[in-house]
Amino acid sequence: MFAGKNVVAFGERDGVQGPAIAKCLTAAGANVVFAVTECVV
Amino acid sequence: MMRAVVKGAASILAHTPDLVLLGSKPTREIPRFDGLRDECMAHLRSHEEAVAYAPNQAFIGSIRPDRLADVGKPWYEHPIEGAAREGPYGEIMPEDEFYGLMKAADVFDLIWLEEGFLSRVAAKLQGHPLLGDLAGLEGGKAISEVEEKLDRGEALPLNFNGELVGCVCRAHEEDEDLRAEVILEGLAVKASAFLALRHLLARVSPTDPRDVDYLLDFGEEAIGDRYQRGGGNMAKAVGEMAGCLNASGADVKAFCCAPMHAIASAAALIQAGIFKEIALVGGGSLAKLGMKFQFHIKKDMPILEDVLGGIAILVGEDDGVSPVIRTDAIGMHRICAGSSAREVYEEVVVKPLDKLGKRIIDIDKYATEFHNPEVTVSAGRPDTPLINYRALGALAALRGEIGRGEIDDFVRKHGMPGFSPTQGHIPSAIPFMGHARDMIMGGEIENAMFVGKGSLFLARMTNLSDGVSVILERNPALKGGD
Repeated sequence: MFAGKNVVAFGERDGVQGPAIAKCLTAAGANVVFAVTECVV
Repeated sequence: MMRAVVKGAASILAHTPDLVLLGSKPTREIPRFDGLRDECMAHLRSHEEAVAYAPNQAFIGSIRPDRLADVGKPWYEHPIEGAAREGPYGEIMPEDEFYGLMKAADVFDLIWLEEGFLSRVAAKLQGHPLLGDLAGLEGGKAISEVEEKLDRGEALPLNFNGELVGCVCRAHEEDEDLRAEVILEGLAVKASAFLALRHLLARVSPTDPRDVDYLLDFGEEAIGDRYQRGGGNMAKAVGEMAGCLNASGADVKAFCCAPMHAIASAAALIQAGIFKEIALVGGGSLAKLGMKFQFHIKKDMPILEDVLGGIAILVGEDDGVSPVIRTDAIGMHRICAGSSAREVYEEVVVKPLDKLGKRIIDIDKYATEFHNPEVTVSAGRPDTPLINYRALGALAALRGEIGRGEIDDFVRKHGMPGFSPTQGHIPSAIPFMGHARDMIMGGEIENAMFVGKGSLFLARMTNLSDGVSVILERNPALKGGD
């Protein structure tokens, strides 16, 4: 479902971090155009 | 080989409701909306309310964090009966006294307080059981001098109960890193860290300040000037104020993970025989006051981010009774490690436990992030302590140490509710240090693991986060039960 899709990934430090999301989505064929992690506390 | 032990930990809060308006978020948002300042003022708590707030009582050690599970929610509507300003690990200082403390911390005449206000505050501080020796509480100003300074745009106002009582001046006409906002941030750190250190050395773990031979500051705030932003050294500034005349020191920077790096470094320095008594200090974050104030106003609840935190920890040579830091099992999130929760916990928790032949469930209590969930969940954020404990429980289940249905039991048994103000490095595992020391020495638990994490990515130099863990366990000299 992500193949060929452009993706912006927002992660959270204590949840799922940006690079982890990007890694999963890249493996699923997505084009990750931006990935970042934020701290929401 | 000499072992390193934790000889004491102090935790203080300074209740600073007027400074909430000078926090980063309120400073940006209040000018954008008519009436927001008044709404903010209307949702600030009194000192008495802040004292009776159950998480604050846990922070200063008057109740164990586990007891929060039995306090009715919302906690701000269920004050602790008979709550006192002083607790076993520190105190909750009111704002007027904290302004006096910042004045005493200021050696460049940058904090101006109106003369009548200053003399009242000086009298209060002289009557404080631990602060009667404070110097620098003279030189009050006429309120007209303060107003003129503010009119010239050279200072920030200091209010008490909404009334102007002084100002903080810029330290340079052009240097952005010495503007009044930055000076106030630094002095708030210095004063709150000093207060924690004074409680530590004078009361919690009585020690002559001259016997401290090194200090490490683990706060996130950067002090410096335009040519060396973040140059430091806050540790030495705090040590000077506390009379640690024979010490030197340095600052450790790693966002919220710095306290764990500092503990690991201090333990190594003790064990190597380089120093005998090392004080670790961290002050409060002015910028984080009122971070979620608009959510709290919208929910018509008190603005709970109204306190600055300060923590001080004494690490020293083995005294035969204090809990030992296991330097043979320091957990580190290496650069090559991944960033998923599983990868982080495998690296920071499982690997050091493997070195000791222990399982996740062999650690009695885990100290992770202690952000007060009442502050975060009300703003649509997660209950950070809970999700960290659940991740640890899930890992224990994956490893077959517990059943999949036992994760909630794991959280109850090995975790605790969050009880710290959302002050960055302050909630990062260390608020449990005093509790852990007492619980280990009292035989309630055998050990505890402190897991710090840091949001390195916020500085935009890397996408990495950080993680360090430290295990504290019962002193082997006490094995056999005495």
